[in-house]
Amino acid sequence: METAQVRQYSKEFLSGLMEKMLLIRRFEEKAAQMYGLQKIGGFCHLYIGQEASGVGSISAADLSRDFILTAYRDHGIALACGMKPGHLMAELFAKASGCSKGKGGSMHFFDSSLHFLGGNGIVGAHIPVATGVAFKIHLKKESGVVLCFFGDGAIHQGSFHESLNMAQIWKLPILYICENNQYGMGTDFRRVSAVTDFTVMGNSYGIKGKQTNGMDVLEVYNVVSGEIDRIRRESTPGFLEIRTYRYKGHSMSDPAKYRTRDELEAYREQDPLLLLKTKMLNDGHITEEQFEALDARIKKLCDDAVKFADKSDEPALQSIYDDVFA
Amino acid sequence: MAVITVREALRQALEEEMDRDENVILMGEEVAEYSGAYKVSVNLLDKFGPERVIDTPISEEGFTGIGIGAAIAGMRPVVEWMTINFSLQAIDQIYNNAAKLLYMSGGQLKVPIVFRGPNGPAEYLASQHSQALQSIFCHCPGLKVMAPSSAYDAKGMLKAAIRDDNPVIFLESELMYSWKGEVPDREYLIPFGEADIKRNGSDVTLISFSKPVKLLLDAAVELAKEGISAEVIDLRTLKPLDEVTIFNSVKKTNRCVIVDEAWPFASVGSHIGYLVSSNCFDFLDAPVELVSSEDVPMPYNHRLELAVQPSIKKIIDTVKRVSYRS
Repeated sequence: METAQVRQYSKEFLSGLMEKMLLIRRFEEKAAQMYGLQKIGGFCHLYIGQEASGVGSISAADLSRDFILTAYRDHGIALACGMKPGHLMAELFAKASGCSKGKGGSMHFFDSSLHFLGGNGIVGAHIPVATGVAFKIHLKKESGVVLCFFGDGAIHQGSFHESLNMAQIWKLPILYICENNQYGMGTDFRRVSAVTDFTVMGNSYGIKGKQTNGMDVLEVYNVVSGEIDRIRRESTPGFLEIRTYRYKGHSMSDPAKYRTRDELEAYREQDPLLLLKTKMLNDGHITEEQFEALDARIKKLCDDAVKFADKSDEPALQSIYDDVFA
Repeated sequence: MAVITVREALRQALEEEMDRDENVILMGEEVAEYSGAYKVSVNLLDKFGPERVIDTPISEEGFTGIGIGAAIAGMRPVVEWMTINFSLQAIDQIYNNAAKLLYMSGGQLKVPIVFRGPNGPAEYLASQHSQALQSIFCHCPGLKVMAPSSAYDAKGMLKAAIRDDNPVIFLESELMYSWKGEVPDREYLIPFGEADIKRNGSDVTLISFSKPVKLLLDAAVELAKEGISAEVIDLRTLKPLDEVTIFNSVKKTNRCVIVDEAWPFASVGSHIGYLVSSNCFDFLDAPVELVSSEDVPMPYNHRLELAVQPSIKKIIDTVKRVSYRS
């Protein structure tokens, strides 16, 4: 896949991508800080390094008819779908004003009005569910497409393989997106996969796979746009491996000793924000000063999110019984 | 009133609800062209077509999750597991998605879905195909559980289950499909959480659900010959449980024998034993007793498999013991 050319896109579009990716970066940095202050508990899986994957993909979707589902590394995907940082930070703080009323936490962000259906904590368990959403679209002859994100760790689960088979026999409008950040928790994917080129994973089900560079938001956007167009036209499933990298550990307790500093540094040099910023600078779409101003504005958004979360109320004790049944 | 089989009662319930609501679909292994492994879905494919009566591959985890995804997107799927034994392949989808999406999402995602199939011992099926698995479903908050014991109940309960906005586990019984009973021509629903007193009595309360209810009624006839008047309660819904009917009966009879064809440890039967002991302690004239299956896998040999399960003799002996008549 050749690198996408910056000139194809309007300044507004590129600024939008930059703003979303920067929001995710600063939100996650703030979340890490708040975790250190013990404002956030339990598992907390950060998306830093993977911003181009979620933002590039979801920018290609039409959320008035398309649906997004992902696993537990869901902060960035939720923000890319347009969820408000305050509602997410409040959820991390386990407050009643959180997007899941303080019942879900880091792994269980949802906003059904934005067509973002979670936020699932069991590796691979949401892949059949996402396929079921596509099944509904198919049965009702609607025009939507489902983007189903999961990691390299999920691709060996039976749920993935069973889903691809059924998606193909029923011709379901779904794009399976493997965000291969190369480590399933602490395990290099090459150690636990019979193949290291995941584009072949759909071959048994007649689903041709594609691969893209997940550090380049425009390349991701291009490939996903093409796939969504094809799926809408042909109504057959697709599979895309996005090669990406997380800078932080699997979760907050992981010092990531299973990889070298050199490897991390090599990826930082192709940081998705840096890559887009450089392109925009070169093309005259942004100046350093404008970038600094944008960054300052986004940092303030994240500070405001923390303030909102901090001053929000705890859920009432009685709420433990709410929403067990509809 | 017409006299029909349990199988036909279930089929009528499915047909009527599919007529009533176009979002109701039936999916599972062999449900369409084969009319169901136990012939519950006869003629449904012809009437509703392959878009609403859907054969799946043998992928329980996958199609269970797909049903859940279709449900959160607005469908009302009825998912048939060929037998409940195979639901164990899908238990993650049931426990972690069907039962929890509403709660984790702070009330955003409803999961209106029915999972149905034959549960409990049949004959000559050995250990893997002759299990009573109600305990594991009742254990998990967020699931409703029903288990009818007659054609009349089967029809009215399945219709109620399909109209409910929650995931419902609907437990049938292979040996019961050919049982016959009266079913009225008019439409009727049997609401959740309403036990049925199948026989009035004054000396002992017998409690069960599904297939063993017949054993209780037969035992009650024998006991009456010996001057013991047994009240027979059919729980019908296991969750939510009709505690009021149970407690009122035990407070009247002062004795309680529970019959559950599951294993005894951590079972529906043992839980009801706890509830009765705790809530009716001052009214009890004898310890609460549980007649369960033996705590062993089901053997193939017929004499052995019958010895494993509750029987009329075991029930009568137990009733006599708590009546101090043995």
